[in-house]
Amino acid sequence: MSTVGRQDAQVPAAGGDVYERVYADPRYVELRKRHRNFVFPLAGLFLGWYFLYVLMADYAHDFMSTKVVGNINIALIFGLLQFVSTFAITMWYVRFADRKLDPLADELRNEVEGGAA
Amino acid sequence: MISSRTISAAATETIGEPIVNIGIFLLFVAVTLVIVFRASRNNRTAADYYAAGRSFTGPQNGTAISGDYLSAASFLGIAGAIAINGYDGFLFSIGFLVAWLVALLLVAELMRNTARFTMADVLSFRLRERPVRMAAATSTLAVSFFYLLAQMAGAGGLVALLLGVTDKAGQALVIAVVGIIMIIYVLVGGMKGTTWVQIVKAALLITGAGIMTLWVLGKYGFNLSALLGDAIAAGGETGAALIEPGKQYGATGTSRLDFISLSIALVLGTAGLPHILMRFYTVPTAKEARRSVVWAIWLIGIFYLFTLVLGYGAAALVGPETIAAAPGAANSAAPLLAFALGGTLLLGFIAAVAFATILAVVAGLTITASASFAHDVYANVIKRGEVAPDAEVKVARRTAVVIGVVAIGGGILANGQNIAFLVALAFAVAASANLPTILYSLFWKRFNTRGALWSIYGGLISCVTLIVFSPVVSGKPISEATGRSPSMLQPPIDFQWFPLDNPGLVSIPLAFFLGWLGSVTSKEPTSTRAIEMEVRAFTGIGAEKATGH
Repeated sequence: MSTVGRQDAQVPAAGGDVYERVYADPRYVELRKRHRNFVFPLAGLFLGWYFLYVLMADYAHDFMSTKVVGNINIALIFGLLQFVSTFAITMWYVRFADRKLDPLADELRNEVEGGAA
Repeated sequence: MISSRTISAAATETIGEPIVNIGIFLLFVAVTLVIVFRASRNNRTAADYYAAGRSFTGPQNGTAISGDYLSAASFLGIAGAIAINGYDGFLFSIGFLVAWLVALLLVAELMRNTARFTMADVLSFRLRERPVRMAAATSTLAVSFFYLLAQMAGAGGLVALLLGVTDKAGQALVIAVVGIIMIIYVLVGGMKGTTWVQIVKAALLITGAGIMTLWVLGKYGFNLSALLGDAIAAGGETGAALIEPGKQYGATGTSRLDFISLSIALVLGTAGLPHILMRFYTVPTAKEARRSVVWAIWLIGIFYLFTLVLGYGAAALVGPETIAAAPGAANSAAPLLAFALGGTLLLGFIAAVAFATILAVVAGLTITASASFAHDVYANVIKRGEVAPDAEVKVARRTAVVIGVVAIGGGILANGQNIAFLVALAFAVAASANLPTILYSLFWKRFNTRGALWSIYGGLISCVTLIVFSPVVSGKPISEATGRSPSMLQPPIDFQWFPLDNPGLVSIPLAFFLGWLGSVTSKEPTSTRAIEMEVRAFTGIGAEKATGH
């Protein structure tokens, strides 16, 4: 093999047509659609939530410094909510990927690599 | 109730027993060296050396990622920032954590499926190989170098604080010893040995921080509000500001913009850090890469919650002024707190963990930079892929030695310099030069070679240029407290014209824009491999398998 950087060795007899075939497979189209429809809106959501927090901490000092219970103020609660949302999104994505993405991807991969493994 | 403000007298000198600190650290070195030698038995092929045979499990790799990510800057730095600047320090940790969602959702699995060892593998899949490899290797080496220098220079300050070595020659010797141990880890252990060092270190760091957190909370009956109240009281006149945002960044309109700039760089930089990206190749499948990130998010998130308590705990039990006056300033908050809580032994443990942290992070950076040079520059650009894997690994090992020596030299030269901004710079370059090209090449079929080159070089050059002309390098007014300017260069040298400390606000959008502009203006046809790459990314067809041993 002349090109160390490429990795064709793993898929015997896998010319471009194998990938073209999978690309056109309805299950692949569905897999890609599910991935994008989940990941992109969610990425927009958590980035928006994060920057809302950053802007509030940066420009709304008085509001953020409002004490809620004892010395616990809105800023601290808002910050801790960023932890909660990060953990929640992580678990949500894993659940989604395990149930909706992996079965399709595994099925497609096994069909292509099944004979060669 | 709290009786430990008595250590302020001791804090101006070295605290604790240097012998105990050194002893515990040497124990760590001995144990990890044994592990590294045992792990080195199967280290022959490139996949073994760079990617540990892709044989780690998700939880193992996730722990190692947190070990790689939780540098001395985030352990000592964030706890100290919270102790002195209060809430603004907490803001850093949130950026560092949320950033992992970018890696989880957009990068980790798709990269694992499409590449072998380095970031450049992903880009060169369907773009013209030699120019994009060269570009990606350049930015990888730049980020690694900035990060490495910051870690090594930080070691000097730690030595002064924890080992009682105050003269420059003694500190240089300690930096050299740290560098040599690191080189041994990398040479002998390769990625497998380095990964085990990260795992051991992460376990020690998180356990140590956890014990201290419970201890601090226990002192206040697990009442966070009471802890904050004591921190406010210990802060004196400015105490109340400790729990409010803006103590550090709220001063002027410029400093507020600076904070936004930093926040963008933090949240987008993580998924472009080469030593983090490389960790995704050490697991057998994309699913394990996903599990790695999930483990990393939990460990890192919990650790940052600990630092919140530790920071305010240090403010309450040691006092912001005592910390600011100690050698190492903000960095001394966590060690001083350890001493206030558990005396010499706990301090020794935390000090050893801090050293282990520097060692482990530096080792991770060195193996990444050496892989990028050997795999991208030597094997694929210089030799055009006509090189045996054995020869490539040999070059990688030699590069690791060179990088180690450069790190030692740089660390000694930079010792005592104010170069903490280098970590922020590394994140800014990662977010500008690396992340846009990674995202474009994974998700945008129209993306092409010109777009990649413009984005990488544009992001890298704009970042470095803006930093050079920013206030961190020159032009900050002289501080009354220290009689020195907080800038790296002292007056009358002043060539600053860019107002912000952090270039991300300009360089990151610029790099995304250049990637788009370069692509749409280029006549290069969409590569026939674009479809192949996408299918591989989503399904894992043809992904590198674990080597069987």
